[in-house]
Amino acid sequence: MPVAPAAAFPLLSLIIFSPWAGAALLAMFRGVAPSVSRTLALIFSCGPLALGLVALNAFDPGRVAPQFVEDSIWMSRLLNVHYHLGLDGLSLVLVLLTGIVTPVALLASWRVTHYPRAFGILFLLLEGAALGVFLALDFFHWFLFWELSLVPAFFLIKLWGGPAASRAAYQFVIYTIGGSAFMLLGFAALYVATGTLDFTQLAQLAADGVIGAKLAALGGIWPKAVFVGVFLGLAVKVPLWPFHTWLPSAYAEAPVGGSMFLTGVMSKMGVYGFLRILWPIFPAQLHAATPCLLALALAGIVLGAYAAMKQTDLKRMVAYSSVNHLSYCLLALFAVSYATGRTAPTAAAATAALSGTIMQMFNHGLSAAALFCCVGILESRSGGKRGLNDFGGVRTVAPIFAALCGISLFSSLGLPGLNGFVGEFLIFRGVFGLDAGAATIACFGLLATAIFLLTFWQRVFHGPRAGVAAGEFADLSGIEIAPLLPLVVLMFILGVWPQLLAGLINPIVSSWAAHLSLP
Amino acid sequence: MGLSVQNLWLIPLLPLVAAAIGALTPRTGRTLAAGAAILAMSFSFLLSCGALVTALANPATHATSNFAWFDLGMGALRLGWLLDPLTAFMCVMVTFVGTLIFIFSTGYMHEDANAKQFFCFLSLFASAMLGVIVANSLLLLFVSWELVGLASYLLIGFWFHKPEAAGAAKKAFITTRIGDLGLLLGMLWLYDSTGSLLFYDGGHGVLEAGALSALTAHTALGGFALSTIIGLLIFCGAVGKSGQFPLHVWLPDAMEGPTPVSALIHAATMVAAGVFLIARVYPLMSADQALAHVPFHALTVVAFIGAITALMGALIAVAQNDIKRILAFSTVSQLGYMMLAIGVGSWVAAIFHLLTHAFFKALLFLGAGSVIHAAHHEQDIRSLGGLRSHMKVTFATFAIGMMALAGVPFLFSGFWSKEGILHAAHEWDVSRVPLLFGLAAVVLTAFYMTRLVAETFFGKARSHASEHAHESPASMTLPLVVLAVCAIALGFLGTPAFPWLQAKLLGETEVLGHSLLAGSGLMMLSVVLVALGLGTGWAIYGRVTREKSTSPDPLAARFPGVIAFLGARMKFDELYAATVFKLNAATATFADVLDRFVWDGAVRFLARLGEFAGVVNREADEDGLNAGFDAGSESLRGTGKAYSRAQTGDAHGYLRIIAIGFVVLVLIMMLGGNR
Repeated sequence: MPVAPAAAFPLLSLIIFSPWAGAALLAMFRGVAPSVSRTLALIFSCGPLALGLVALNAFDPGRVAPQFVEDSIWMSRLLNVHYHLGLDGLSLVLVLLTGIVTPVALLASWRVTHYPRAFGILFLLLEGAALGVFLALDFFHWFLFWELSLVPAFFLIKLWGGPAASRAAYQFVIYTIGGSAFMLLGFAALYVATGTLDFTQLAQLAADGVIGAKLAALGGIWPKAVFVGVFLGLAVKVPLWPFHTWLPSAYAEAPVGGSMFLTGVMSKMGVYGFLRILWPIFPAQLHAATPCLLALALAGIVLGAYAAMKQTDLKRMVAYSSVNHLSYCLLALFAVSYATGRTAPTAAAATAALSGTIMQMFNHGLSAAALFCCVGILESRSGGKRGLNDFGGVRTVAPIFAALCGISLFSSLGLPGLNGFVGEFLIFRGVFGLDAGAATIACFGLLATAIFLLTFWQRVFHGPRAGVAAGEFADLSGIEIAPLLPLVVLMFILGVWPQLLAGLINPIVSSWAAHLSLP
Repeated sequence: MGLSVQNLWLIPLLPLVAAAIGALTPRTGRTLAAGAAILAMSFSFLLSCGALVTALANPATHATSNFAWFDLGMGALRLGWLLDPLTAFMCVMVTFVGTLIFIFSTGYMHEDANAKQFFCFLSLFASAMLGVIVANSLLLLFVSWELVGLASYLLIGFWFHKPEAAGAAKKAFITTRIGDLGLLLGMLWLYDSTGSLLFYDGGHGVLEAGALSALTAHTALGGFALSTIIGLLIFCGAVGKSGQFPLHVWLPDAMEGPTPVSALIHAATMVAAGVFLIARVYPLMSADQALAHVPFHALTVVAFIGAITALMGALIAVAQNDIKRILAFSTVSQLGYMMLAIGVGSWVAAIFHLLTHAFFKALLFLGAGSVIHAAHHEQDIRSLGGLRSHMKVTFATFAIGMMALAGVPFLFSGFWSKEGILHAAHEWDVSRVPLLFGLAAVVLTAFYMTRLVAETFFGKARSHASEHAHESPASMTLPLVVLAVCAIALGFLGTPAFPWLQAKLLGETEVLGHSLLAGSGLMMLSVVLVALGLGTGWAIYGRVTREKSTSPDPLAARFPGVIAFLGARMKFDELYAATVFKLNAATATFADVLDRFVWDGAVRFLARLGEFAGVVNREADEDGLNAGFDAGSESLRGTGKAYSRAQTGDAHGYLRIIAIGFVVLVLIMMLGGNR
């Protein structure tokens, strides 16, 4: 296998390691003023966005293969472990999302008073790890980034989180590590069978039917166990229903910036893994499991939304809405896999479904982060209260806050004209063409989402002034508007001009959809 | 001077710009916001007139201008604009009525501190509504359709500090969204089976012969043609938006919004969007008419839903006491007439009635607004009375609107448009029910409108507010006068002798009049029925007027059970609360309990299981392996340590526990789910 020529300039490494360099630098500045460390963390967190924009500028959307590739042997030729980075349309979208959400989450955490320097360091570590996941093309360091992201997330939740944060942090980390342990086992078996950990090579081997044959040669439950192992690691991360029970408490107990990053970026790592690893490497196994998996995705969509309706803690409500929104992504992928191998033409529907998935990942990142930010503002204004019935009439006293939160809510419920609609429409259009029944059932999720999000807005912002809004309640300050404004502006831009995203992902998605086949 | 289809987007754009200006001005900038709104609307009106000139030059063509929205696969997702007489007439109506209502609002909302936001939302609404009309793509129509719903939501809940207003806004949004999900599914199905969502696209559009014959040739569920099922799914959206039975429950509650909103959105334009949609996709709705072997046709359902709605709305209106609720149920009933007309095959009759209704119902609502404004927000007709002498302009114009709605013969527009519908129903050979329901609603309409006018304007003032009412300012009465003129004049565009409007809508270049005597039997009958309704109404409510606001209603005294049932809106809200809401709440509880106890319980159980395994493991280590090395006392201490260690929350211990739990999960997955 020829090694691709090394990029002249290690742009992707720079994207990953610039926040880590920032973290190291920040760790050396002992005893600086909180405002300085906050500012430094913010500046370093913007590095990946700036570099991502450089990549966007040089990116050739017409090319399907990864670009800016860096590939060198990391551990001896015998082990065949490569340091392999690459950027295609899917990665680029997620790099940009990470680049946007991280500074915004730091801005939303501006009021963190306990150890702001440590907070910034952990956040930068988290950002770098997530970027590594989106850019790595070799399982070895991909998995390192994947696991490393848990460490800062754990401390962010445990040390800066709410009253029940300790338990939530443990549950989050252990549940996720538990899932990853099986993924590691799965890949170990895969490595034994094929001798490589490179995603591109593995996908090629899978398409040629080599992986299936080699695993079948192991006999017994191994062919299934390897798939299930990798699947579990990803399913917990997204999470796929019913592996989601860690999510509401983790999102609810995390500090506001942590919740924004968890839902905005880390939940995308799981979906990304499904798209980059599970689907290309195990196409036949995934196809065989889809009848069951479609049902789980639908349960996530419908029951996730209905469970949200029942929550009285606003953060848990938004957390459940994330379960619902991410299940749309998985539904689309499973439907594509389900229809693979059919004789009827499915390319158009598959293109729509997969485009919708990627757009939904980006759009959900924006809207869910904005919603957690809004709940965080309510929390900080009321001394930690975040109950559905703790507020009332906020719109009377804080019209700007109401407008920004309202736009985020309507973006989240898929109102046309805002970003959320395009992705959801494409997912529904695609899934309908591949499995009309699943699309019909998923419609109930749309309805339930509208009900609980409007209930949120009505209880908190409408009606007579109540709770903290009954007293002195100033409208948003500049530092509170700062994180919300860019998100809301992007919601409008992408709602009206989805070509910005579609232009980046359409070639790669079309190529996936054109080569749907089972080995 | 004509406006070409390439520039049609300017019509919805201008109000959108006004909305943006309104959104960005500070609260004190009400004059700027209102001025921008009115100016944008007036210019849109002029542009619409230009579009009408263009459309009427070639009434039979569907001029389109399509463009790519974003890349999708090998092609792109395309949207477009469409200009034909239907588009043009609707644009002219919406912009004209809209401008008048905007002007009225400057007077009506004069004292509201939040007026600038009001004009911002109104402009947003107008833009979205015009988007629905000019769209040449079901997707673009759907996008605008949802934005119309958003504007309606924001405006119903404009006085959001009132819990009823906030609740009504949510109810309207959710109820219409139920219908919209049907529309969404219909759209998805249409897209999937034709590969396009453009209405007209040089022979490749979904409303053109190629796609239609493919859709009718394909048989889907239950022996229906695919076009029937898609048509009925699209109709679901219209049922929600146009307040048709059984999704009409949100419309009366929507009256919590300011009265100009009720006039513009919940009478003249948005609620008629459903009728417009079905008229727009009429080629698709009627594609199955030629098929004989289907159980029933799509339009048959439309006709029956329309007929039921027309009669039901009129019945409920008889027993309401709030001036706006009476008008709201009257709107429900009139929208039913329009749907009925499309169902029996005459979409032009429906559009004619839509246009005349827009003017006289806007007039009635603005008149009601003028009354409410003068009577310090008293809306109960039992507490009004005697306003005829205090508010002469309002009374005169309201009376014209009332006669147009009641269908008083020959002079008033409502008469002609309603006649068109009744004649179409008469010629329908599937069933007599729509005609009979329609005729019954004619009597009821005349009756409840007479009651409304008699109670509000005649007799003596029954409250302090109505005693001291005085005429509204010119900004409010002037629109009333203009609308009153239209409520009369518009009828003459479509009389049977000179059906100009119908001919243009159908794309005919020549206007073929009928003799007024043709079908005059039915016309005579409806004249008699109108007279009957007016006469009974006057006999019961006008001859002897109400003494006090608390005096019993003469009709309620005679038929207490019936009137109470109708007054409670036939208990639809109670029915839904007992069924749909309960089911919804039960599902939510189910989902929550499943999470809290079953799934989380399973995780906890596995954790406990693992903890137990850990203890056993430790015991085995300590007692089995180490026992030989350690003394008995040491062994005991070790066991105690092990027990306490299992409960400290140590991450490594938990990790092992969870890992074991996962083994069990994997086994479950492999044995059960993953075959």
